[in-house]
Amino acid sequence: MTLLYLILIPLLAGLAAWPAARVAPRAARGLCLAASLAQLVIAAILWQNTPTTGQWIETLSLPWIPQLGITFSLFLDGLSLLLILLTGLLGALAVLASWTAIRENVGFFHFNLMATLAGVTGVFLARDLILFYVFWELMLVPLYLLIRIWGGDRRVYAATKFFLFTQAGGLLLLLGILALAITHQRQTGTLTFDYLQLIGTALSPSQGVWLLLAFLAAFAVKLPALGLHPWLPDAHSQAPTAGSVVLAGLVLKAGGYGMLRFLIPLFPQAFPTIAPAAMALAVAGILYGAALAFAQDDLKRLIASSSISHMGFVLLGVFAANELALQGAVVVMIAHGLTTGTLFALAGAIDERLHTHHLDRLGGLWTDMPRMGGVTLFFVLAGLGLPGLAGFVGEFLVLLGAWQTSPVLAALASAGLVLSVVYSLRLMQRVFLGPKVGEETPRDLSAREWLMLSVMAAATIWVGLWPQRVLDASAPAVQNMQKSLSDAAGAPEARP
Amino acid sequence: MTALDLQALLPLVLTTATAIAVMIAVTITRRHGLAAWLCAAGLAAAIASIASARECAPRHISDLLVIDSFARFYSGLILAGSLVVAVLSYGYLKLRTDRHEEYYILLPLAAVGSLVIVCSANLLAFLLGLELLSICLFALIAYRRTGRGDLEAAVKYLILAGASSAFAVFGAALIYADRGSLAFGPPGLALSSPVALAGIAALLVGVGFKLALVPFHFWTPDVYQGAPAPIAGFIATVSKGAVFALALRYLSTENLLADGRIIWLLTAIAAASMLAGNLLALRQDNVKRMLAYSSIAHVGYLLIALLASASLGRPAAAIYLTAYFLASLGAFGVVGALSQPTRDADALADYRGLAWRRPFLAFTLTAMLLSLAGLPLTAGFVGKLSLVFSGVSSALWLLLSALVLGSVISIFYYLRLLAALFATPPASEPAISSPNTPWPTTAALLFLTVALLAIGLWPAPLLDLIQKMAVAAW
Repeated sequence: MTLLYLILIPLLAGLAAWPAARVAPRAARGLCLAASLAQLVIAAILWQNTPTTGQWIETLSLPWIPQLGITFSLFLDGLSLLLILLTGLLGALAVLASWTAIRENVGFFHFNLMATLAGVTGVFLARDLILFYVFWELMLVPLYLLIRIWGGDRRVYAATKFFLFTQAGGLLLLLGILALAITHQRQTGTLTFDYLQLIGTALSPSQGVWLLLAFLAAFAVKLPALGLHPWLPDAHSQAPTAGSVVLAGLVLKAGGYGMLRFLIPLFPQAFPTIAPAAMALAVAGILYGAALAFAQDDLKRLIASSSISHMGFVLLGVFAANELALQGAVVVMIAHGLTTGTLFALAGAIDERLHTHHLDRLGGLWTDMPRMGGVTLFFVLAGLGLPGLAGFVGEFLVLLGAWQTSPVLAALASAGLVLSVVYSLRLMQRVFLGPKVGEETPRDLSAREWLMLSVMAAATIWVGLWPQRVLDASAPAVQNMQKSLSDAAGAPEARP
Repeated sequence: MTALDLQALLPLVLTTATAIAVMIAVTITRRHGLAAWLCAAGLAAAIASIASARECAPRHISDLLVIDSFARFYSGLILAGSLVVAVLSYGYLKLRTDRHEEYYILLPLAAVGSLVIVCSANLLAFLLGLELLSICLFALIAYRRTGRGDLEAAVKYLILAGASSAFAVFGAALIYADRGSLAFGPPGLALSSPVALAGIAALLVGVGFKLALVPFHFWTPDVYQGAPAPIAGFIATVSKGAVFALALRYLSTENLLADGRIIWLLTAIAAASMLAGNLLALRQDNVKRMLAYSSIAHVGYLLIALLASASLGRPAAAIYLTAYFLASLGAFGVVGALSQPTRDADALADYRGLAWRRPFLAFTLTAMLLSLAGLPLTAGFVGKLSLVFSGVSSALWLLLSALVLGSVISIFYYLRLLAALFATPPASEPAISSPNTPWPTTAALLFLTVALLAIGLWPAPLLDLIQKMAVAAW
C-alpha cells in the first residue's frame, strides 16, 4: 500500500490545499510542501530497505476494470525509486519557488501543481499499461492549466501547443498498448495489460517495429527528441516557475523513464533495428539543442533549449543500450532534473525581482546579487558537466557506452559538451556580468531561497561525488534489460 | 396481445401516456411547473418500467416491434436523455416569457419516436418512428419563435428531414419490391440484386441525415445554432443515439457487413466525418456550432464500433454512446444555463473567465469537454478505450489513423473553449450576466458530472450492465 500512498499524498494535499488557501494561503503552501517532503521521506525509507535480490522492491495489485483485463497495479524498482526521490525533491522546490510569486488563486494553483506531481508519480509507478497511460494523460490537464492560467504573455499558445504535441504522441501510445495486449491475448488467451505478463509476448519483426515506434512516439515527444521538440521552448518559457521546474525536472523524465521501462523489455527483438537511427537522432538533438540554446535571447528559453541537448544524451544512452550507457542515461535524468529544475527556479527568482527574463534587459546582476550569481554559476557549471558535480557523471558514462557502439556518434556527441560550455557561459555573462541594465537594485537571496538552493546544491554534489548509490539502485533494472537484449539476440526469430 | 407483451411495451406506453397527461393538464390549467414535472415524472416512470421488465425474454410484438435487451438498453438511454433534457428545459424556458406547456407534450412524443426506432423490427416501424421524431423536433426547434435564426433552423430541418425521409421511404419501397417484405432479416438481404442495393443506398441517405454523417451533415451547425440549447442537446444525443442503435441492429440482422462494398462505403463515410467534422469545428467562434461539428466527428468515431467485430463493437458502441450522451447533454446544459432571455450564450466571448464568475458551470463544462476529448478519469476515456480496442482487434487501421488525427485536431478546439473558461476576467462588465442557475438545472448538471466521473473512475458496473444488455443476439 506504500505505493498507493506515494500517489495519494500529493493528490490529497492538493485537494485539501484548494479550500485551505481561502482561509490561509500560507497553510496551503505549507501543506503541499509537507506532502512533497513526505513523499521524499517515504521514498528514502524504501531506499534504505531495498532488498538485495530481485528487481522489484514492492508491488501492489487491485482490481479495476476486470472486463477489459485492466488492473490498478503498481510496482517499484530502483529506477522508479530514483525518480520518485527526484519528484519529492523537485515538488518541494516547486512549492518553495512559487511561495511569493503566486498571489492569485493560490488554492487552485497548488491543486494543479500537486495533481501534476501525483500524475508523474503514477507514471513512475504504474505496472498496468493502461494505468500508465491514464497517469500519462492525467498529468497533462493540470499542467496545461498551470501554464494557461499563471503563465507568461503567450501562455494560451504555449499551453495549447504543449497539449497537442503530447496528446498526439499519447494516442499512438494507446494504439500501441492495445495492439500489444491483443497480440498477447491471441497467443495466450488471456487479456491483460500487466507489464510483467506482456514482457514475453512474441512479435513478428514488422509488428515489433511498428509497436516500438508507437511507444517511442509518445516518449520521444515528452523527452523531447529532435523534430518533436517545438512545444518545449514555448511551454517552458511561458510556464510559471513551478510549472517550468516540474516540466523540465519531471515531465521530460517521464519520457526517458518510458523508454527505459518499456522499449527494451517489451521489444528486445525490434530494438536493435531502430537503435542506429535513434542514436543518430539523439546526436543531432544534442548538437541542435546546444546551437538553439546559444541563439536564444530569453533566459528561460535558453535553459529550455539546453534541455533538448541534455535529453539527447538520455536518448543516446537508451539506444546505445549497453550497461554503461543505460546507467549513464539514468544519471543524466537525475542530474538534469536537479540542475535544470534549479536553474528554472533561479530564473523565476530573477523574474520575480525584475519582471523580465529577456537577456537584453538583464545584465550586471552580480553587483546587487552576488549570492544569487554564485549559486547560478554553481548550477550552470553542474549543467555543463564540471567533474565532481552531477552533470558530469551521466554524460561521461553515456559517452563511454556510446563509444562501444559507435565511436563516430560518441565523438560528435562529445562536441555537444563543448557547445554546452559556450551557451552556459554566455548565460552567466549576459545575466550577471557586463554593465548593469536597468535602475532597480534587486535584493539578494532570501532565507527561503537559500534553504531550497542549498539543498539542491547538496544533492548535486552528492550525485557528482558518490554516484555509486544511484548506480546501485538502477543496476537490477539495467541488468534485466541487458539480459532480455542478449536473450532476444540469441533466440530464433519469433513466429509471425 | 398478452399481459407480458404489454409489460414489455410499458416504456412506450408510459411515455405516450406522459404526452397525453400533459395535454390534458394543459387544458385544465396552464402552469409551466406542472407541465414540466408531469413530463419529468412520466419519463422517470418509463425508465423505472424498463428496470422492472429486465427479466423478460426477447418479445416480438406484431411484426413491427421487438423488445429485447438491446432495445431495452437503448430505450433506457433515450428516456434518461429525454428526462435530462426535460429538466434542463425547465430552467431554460423559465427565463422566457411565453407559453411553455406544449413543449412538454412534444418532448415525450419525440422520445416515443426514438423508442419506436430502437424497438423496430420492420422498416415500417422505423419510418413511423422517424417521422414522429422529425415532426416533433421541427416544432421544438422553432419553439422560441424569437429570432430569425430559430425559424431558419426549423425550416431547414423540415425541408432536409422531409427530403431524407423521402429517400428512406423510397429505399424501403425498393427493398419491399425486392424481397416482398419490410421485416428485418434474417435471412439477410441479397445485395446481388441491383434493386436491393439501390434500396440500401437510399436508406443510408435517410439514416446518414439523422446521424449527420458527411456528406449529409450540412444542416447540423445551423440547426444546432438556431435550436434552443436543450433541444440541440436532444438532437445531438437522443435522436442520433436512436438511429445509431437502429443502424447497428439493421446492419447485423440483414448481414450487410458481409458485403465489401458496404464496408468500404461506411469506412469512407466514417473517415470523412471524423476529419471534416473536426476540421470544420476548428474555426468556429460559436460554441453551439463547434459542438455541432464535433458531434459529426463523434458519430464518425462511433462507426468504428459498427464496423468492428460484433462481440467487441456492440459493447463499445453502447459505452461510447453513454459517455457521449453524458458529455453532450452536459455541454448543452451549460450553454442553456448561461443563456439570456433574448439569446443563447453561444459566443466564445461569453465564456471568457467563466471559471472565476461561475465556477460550478465552468468546472462542469471542463469535465464535459475533457470527456468529449477522451481524457482519462472521464466516461469519454472509457468509451474511447473500448472503441479503439474494438478497432485494433478488427485491424481497422485506416479508421484508427483517422481517429487519432481527428482526436488531435479536436483537442485544439476543445482547448480553445477551455482556455477561454480560465481567461483572466475582463475588468469591465462581463459580456452576459445571467441570473442564478435554477436548482433543477444545477441538479441535472451535477448528476451528469457525477455520472461522468463515476464511470471514468469505476467503469466496471456499467460494463457489466452493457455486457448483459447491449450485446444480445437477435
